[in-house]
Amino acid sequence: MLELVNISFGGFNGRVKNKILDGISLKFERGSFTVITGSNGSGKSSLAEVIVGIKKASSGQIIFDKTDITDKTITDRAKEGIAFSFQQPVKFKGVTVYDLLNISNGALMSETEAGRYLKKVGLEPENYLFREVDEKLSGGELKRIEIASVLARNAKLIIFDEPEAGIDIWSFEKLTSIFKKLKAEGRTLIVISHQEKIFKIADEIIMLEGGKVTARGTFKKVLLAAGEATK
Amino acid sequence: MNLTKEEKQILCEVADIFEVPEGAYNFRINGKSVGRKSTANIDIQTKKKKSGLDIYIKANTKGETVHIPVAISVAGLKEAVYNDFYIGENADVTIVAGCGIYNCGEQDSVHNGIHRFYVEKKARVKYIEKHYGFGRGVGGKILNPTTEVYLEKGAEAELELEQIKGVDSTIRKTRAELKDDARIIVKERLMTHGRQIAKSVYEIELNGKNSVADLASRSIAQDCSNQLFKATIVGNNVCRGHSACDAILMDEAEVHAVPALNAKTKEAELIHEAAIGKIASSQLTKLMTLGLTPKEAESKIINGFLR
Ligand SMILES: Nc1ncnc2c1ncn2[C@@H]1O[C@H](COP(=O)(O)OP(=O)(O)OP(=O)(O)O)[C@@H](O)[C@H]1O
Ligand SMILES: [Mg+2]
Repeated sequence: MLELVNISFGGFNGRVKNKILDGISLKFERGSFTVITGSNGSGKSSLAEVIVGIKKASSGQIIFDKTDITDKTITDRAKEGIAFSFQQPVKFKGVTVYDLLNISNGALMSETEAGRYLKKVGLEPENYLFREVDEKLSGGELKRIEIASVLARNAKLIIFDEPEAGIDIWSFEKLTSIFKKLKAEGRTLIVISHQEKIFKIADEIIMLEGGKVTARGTFKKVLLAAGEATK
Repeated sequence: MNLTKEEKQILCEVADIFEVPEGAYNFRINGKSVGRKSTANIDIQTKKKKSGLDIYIKANTKGETVHIPVAISVAGLKEAVYNDFYIGENADVTIVAGCGIYNCGEQDSVHNGIHRFYVEKKARVKYIEKHYGFGRGVGGKILNPTTEVYLEKGAEAELELEQIKGVDSTIRKTRAELKDDARIIVKERLMTHGRQIAKSVYEIELNGKNSVADLASRSIAQDCSNQLFKATIVGNNVCRGHSACDAILMDEAEVHAVPALNAKTKEAELIHEAAIGKIASSQLTKLMTLGLTPKEAESKIINGFLR
């Protein structure tokens, strides 16, 4: 359902131009659950942002559902069915959680309906629905609201960028069950993560280093490959 | 009351009035009082020597409302109106003011509203003031409000000041003097566009022990408009003062924020925050990933910010 063909992305690191993504080609099947991992700065978020349209690839092609979306805007890609949960949730003054969920859903939901998405991430609707998505929320609360806002899109392809960051153990359990459910619904999942517990429930792991794919396969296979590499 | 379509639109915009409101009221249209009602606890009287009203609110009056909207629907009208509010001890009331100008002519229409509040011990007043202008005439729609608030011991005032559309030029002056345990909360919302100019100047004197001032202004400046925000908080006693100016700049607009904190004793705790900048690109990006176009995203961010 998603195909990346020879994607590169360059940026400036200080004064030196470097390749943040270097000739990445990957295919993701419909309904698959893939984890992307790799060290800090290896290009995971950049890859996700290129898929979503936030970053523009310097070369290569992106095919989604048989159409070439390489030149499409963020908005168009979202409308085609791509959703993205940010590594750093964005704050808004004056926009309530309810507003955000409605924007995300694309239609005005009842409070009960919107509240359901909050319950999925372990937040009590009556405590959060009418709070503003601003700095008064804690890091973990913001992160959960970010995830809820993405769930409310009911997208075909959902990319989560380090969804576990800042989230407590109880919610973490909730998170893994969300992924299982999304997969059971037939959605395609790409989860950027450093968590072994999430590796274990994925179909496949992709290891990224220096903007290149260095390993791809089941958890065991990738772990083995990583072990070989550090010998 | 016999009102034109434009006058009705003004009353609706500035005071959410669709029909005759509950409680006391005075409607001023084109310089004349066209409807008035006093109640058992709230007495509205015409001033003898100047244009304007004296409004007396009896001690212990609770939960009542006073509506005093002003509408101008003719070009070239210039007026200065003095309204004084005397709010008795322990009263708790809401006052809805607001002024709208419809100008389809060539001459400027000007309303200078001078509102003074004398708030007695432990009384509480909520004051809501909205400004609004429309009409295609080249004549200016000019509103210059002055608000003075005198708070006695333990008194409290909450001011909601809003000007979102259509006013060409504004000079807003807000002054307050607070005695012991008095409190003032100000929430200002401002949006300017075209070539509009808006100045908002605050002078708040915290004279009483444990007096508190919290002043929050949020504004958006679009097109070639120009805004000045100047807030002075003077701390003369054990007190707390906070002012925050948050502005979003768009197009070629300018915003000038001039904060001043004068602490005259080490017991005064005064804070000022100011943040001016364009809409954060991360906010636009996030909303676009939720399917909004850049324009739609921008208007969501603006509407939220001004709420
Ligand atoms: N717009 C940009 N311009 C210049 N450098 C960039 C830009 N965006 C990202 N980078 C750099 O590219 C590299 C990859 O960044 P990226 O955020 O994709 O890493 P990551 O794998 O997600 O890391 P982390 O695990 O810390 O989230 C980093 O060195 C980063 O500094
Ligand atoms: Mg990252």
